Amino acid sequence: MTRYFTDEHEWIDVDGTSATVGITDYAQGQLGDIVFVEVPDAGTQVKKGGDAAVVESVKAASDVYAPVSGTVIEGNGALEGDPALVNSDPEGDGWFFKLTLSDPSELDGLMDEAAYKAYVNGL
Amino acid sequence: MSEDEAEILELPLGDWHRALGARMVPFAGYAMPIQYEGIMAEHLWTRESAGLFDVSHMGQLMLAGDGVEEALEALIPADVKGLSEGQMRYSLLLNDAGGILDDLMITKTPMGIYAVVNGAVKWDDIGHLREFLPDEITLNHMEDRALLALQGPKAIEALARVVPGVGRLFFMEAGSFLWGHEPLWISRSGYTGEDGFEISVPAEAVAALADALLAQPEVKPIGLGARDSLRLEAGLPLYGHDLDEATSPIAAGLGFAISKRRRTEGGFPGSEPILQTLKDGASTKRIGFMVDGRQPVREGAPIFSGSTQVGTVTSGGFAPSVQAPIAIGFVATAQSAPGTALEAEVRGKRIGLIVTRMPFVPHNYVRRGAVQ
Repeated sequence: MTRYFTDEHEWIDVDGTSATVGITDYAQGQLGDIVFVEVPDAGTQVKKGGDAAVVESVKAASDVYAPVSGTVIEGNGALEGDPALVNSDPEGDGWFFKLTLSDPSELDGLMDEAAYKAYVNGL
Repeated sequence: MSEDEAEILELPLGDWHRALGARMVPFAGYAMPIQYEGIMAEHLWTRESAGLFDVSHMGQLMLAGDGVEEALEALIPADVKGLSEGQMRYSLLLNDAGGILDDLMITKTPMGIYAVVNGAVKWDDIGHLREFLPDEITLNHMEDRALLALQGPKAIEALARVVPGVGRLFFMEAGSFLWGHEPLWISRSGYTGEDGFEISVPAEAVAALADALLAQPEVKPIGLGARDSLRLEAGLPLYGHDLDEATSPIAAGLGFAISKRRRTEGGFPGSEPILQTLKDGASTKRIGFMVDGRQPVREGAPIFSGSTQVGTVTSGGFAPSVQAPIAIGFVATAQSAPGTALEAEVRGKRIGLIVTRMPFVPHNYVRRGAVQ
């Protein structure tokens, strides 16, 4: 399994043609207390860079983009009852959705962990 | 650095906030702390203990000169002449159509009328006052003073240790105090729904005073994020969101700001349409909503009764003390009774709303004459 990152602070764990998507620890720190997450339903088609989910903090709503194109297999139902999972475990249990990749070559432009760390340090 | 960044001004406590780990954001043209440890924790701390807010971006004005009370009555609907020294009032700067240019706090002081206006519109307010006040009235924009707010049920304990004697003030009263050699102007007021104080202090002394307040065990620094969620729970309108030039004070539920004598005499900008609306009732009303589920409904969301749009949300968010989303909005008066079920549209989805009496969390003001 390989983990990639986007410059919009999403992470994606890829295992063959399926993958799990969430937001990074840096992103949850910037958003602050998360009170609601809207995840996509199974079957939803998402496009690389397009809106895929919404995360709401006390203060504001923010879009979460799809790191790659594909079909959603599952949204994380646990976030409905406990949206704060995104604060406490953003890169684990606080994942947003799983999808089947439609074009694995889209992964080529994404960052690895070292590159993402360097990117965040420069912000 | 972009041009926008170059225009962000620094207030006296900018470095103080950064040293405490605040996340700074541009607000009203200044770098301001949005949060320290997190909006939720800061909000709840203020409700149970005491939160220290920097509100130095707000405009502190002193209006003085012979006839200042009459002159100001030509621009606002308060009974300025009837104020006794140290008494303060919530008032409105109105245009000729009766729309709201800003809301403000005015206090009668030995020097003149002290006014605190919103940071985002303070330059417009100053221009308006200079244009319409007679030449013999002086307007001093006190940029050499900072403004702190200490809010919460334990604010009195903490402040009385630093500035003895503040307990003589009750809600909406103000007076002069000394902190060492520093002259302070302190009012028992705020905009969180809690008991608390606003403290006007010379800018060069504000960091030392903020440190002295923060040294009290009841006190933590609080950012603007929690200030907004606190005022929302308190049901208090925010200028530029719930109030603007197109808003009638009566529709906004601010009829109390038009004092009794002025209702009879009129003579303030927009007095004819406003007094007529007071008689006939407004066609829309500012009301509160509880929101079904956990999803916040934010400013701008249209409100529906069935397929008909009956209003718009003007402030909304998650209420930490209520542990649910709440909202303030304007709807047609026919739909404004508590208990009315309506819907808001958020990202194409309908969310249930129930009209609710405000405040969402009871006010804890310490009023003169009230049974403690």
